[in-house]
Amino acid sequence: MSAQATVAEAPVLERADQAARVAAAHADEVDAAARFPAESIAALAQARLLGVSAPIELGGEGLPLAALVGIAAVLGAACASTAMIFAMHHGQVLSLTRHLGGSPALARLASRIAREQLLLASATTEAGIGGDVRSSTCHVECQGDRVRLKKNAPVISYGEHADLVLVTARRDADAAPGDQVLLACDRADLDLEPTGGWDTLGLRGTASRGYLLSAETDADRILPVPYDEISTHTMLPASHILWAGAWLGMARSAVDTARRYVRDAAKRSIGTQPAGATALVGLVSQLEALELSVADAARDFDAHREDPAALEAVGFRVRMNTLKVTASEAVARIAAEALRITGIAGFRNDGPYSVARVFRDAQGAALMVHNDRITAQTAQLLLVQKGTEPKERA
Amino acid sequence: MTDDTIRRVLDAHGKLRVPASGLDADADLYAAGMSSHASVNVMLALEDAFEVEFPDELLTKQTFCTIAAISAAIGTLAAVPA
Repeated sequence: MSAQATVAEAPVLERADQAARVAAAHADEVDAAARFPAESIAALAQARLLGVSAPIELGGEGLPLAALVGIAAVLGAACASTAMIFAMHHGQVLSLTRHLGGSPALARLASRIAREQLLLASATTEAGIGGDVRSSTCHVECQGDRVRLKKNAPVISYGEHADLVLVTARRDADAAPGDQVLLACDRADLDLEPTGGWDTLGLRGTASRGYLLSAETDADRILPVPYDEISTHTMLPASHILWAGAWLGMARSAVDTARRYVRDAAKRSIGTQPAGATALVGLVSQLEALELSVADAARDFDAHREDPAALEAVGFRVRMNTLKVTASEAVARIAAEALRITGIAGFRNDGPYSVARVFRDAQGAALMVHNDRITAQTAQLLLVQKGTEPKERA
Repeated sequence: MTDDTIRRVLDAHGKLRVPASGLDADADLYAAGMSSHASVNVMLALEDAFEVEFPDELLTKQTFCTIAAISAAIGTLAAVPA
């Protein structure tokens, strides 16, 4: 009890460092085996980092996104899969805890997250809807105070390792595809029948397998707020910002490796500028731009988090979409240029200058919720935006 | 011993106007002709010679101002291995 209090009182980045050390120690093996990073997630729980985004009245620490992206970045530099799980998890924690709609049952559930250090996953995509998370074919079926749901989910990241899964579905059998609700399911109330594996180019530890999901639980596990609102106010902006935080950490590690490579080359030929030295300048400035854009987006969300009108504003939504696209492109570009600087040493899977893993992991950023889809949605939003308002500084 | 190695590094990379062996431990190296450009090479060579890394907070003009200052800085790094 007192040990837990000590952990929770330590500065949050120190706790992130502790977890990151564990994540770094297992990252290569997690990647090679394409397995869930169980040790790193246990370390996150040990450092009391799974409940930090929940509000204080629910036992969490009410950390702003600005602090959460700092943790995601520290983890991202150690193990991209761990950082993405952290980011996805807190996107779900915020989606639940910010939209309880006054439900005592959901408040009880949410208060377990920090206390028991629960891991949350999401099942938002569905087979046959072409990747559009804002539309469902499956629907919840209420019978008395119970609810049933069957969903063919092509991807549930770390689904079988999660304690709670938030699932989207149509409100009822007659509801339109976009009339969705969010159902919070305990792992014990779920049957997950795997439909595929997860053997990928990168982010191999996120264990993002497909499942036939069957749930039966209490009807009061349906969030009373429409999913449309949850998505706009929380899940989309928070997820994009948190993912970008993880990518920032990956970019930092790529730049650090390139920097180390150039410095070590400089030591071997003191007085002569080594080959990658000028390329490193461009890399550092790209990283700086990414740092600023992620921090700025997080501050923007934090400043407006209790202001529905601001969160629904076209300009804000455009910004949250473009952040995802530009940050994901930046991390892939930074990793590619780090590879160019480090050359064959970076190309290797082993050795002190390898950027192979981060290069592969970085390719996933643009594809998880495909940038082309987000850009198409942003283009649609721009059709209704009348002009660019100068952004108020937080 | 440490100071001898520092003097050797300074002779090789410091672009001093005089041999480092003729300098007191507290003589101003910048006054002796070391440019800030040369001090970067001195730092790289010191890191190599002593197998240490100067953290960012030690990368100030003062750290490389005299042989005594360099020696003190390396002393703190050796005491707390990275």
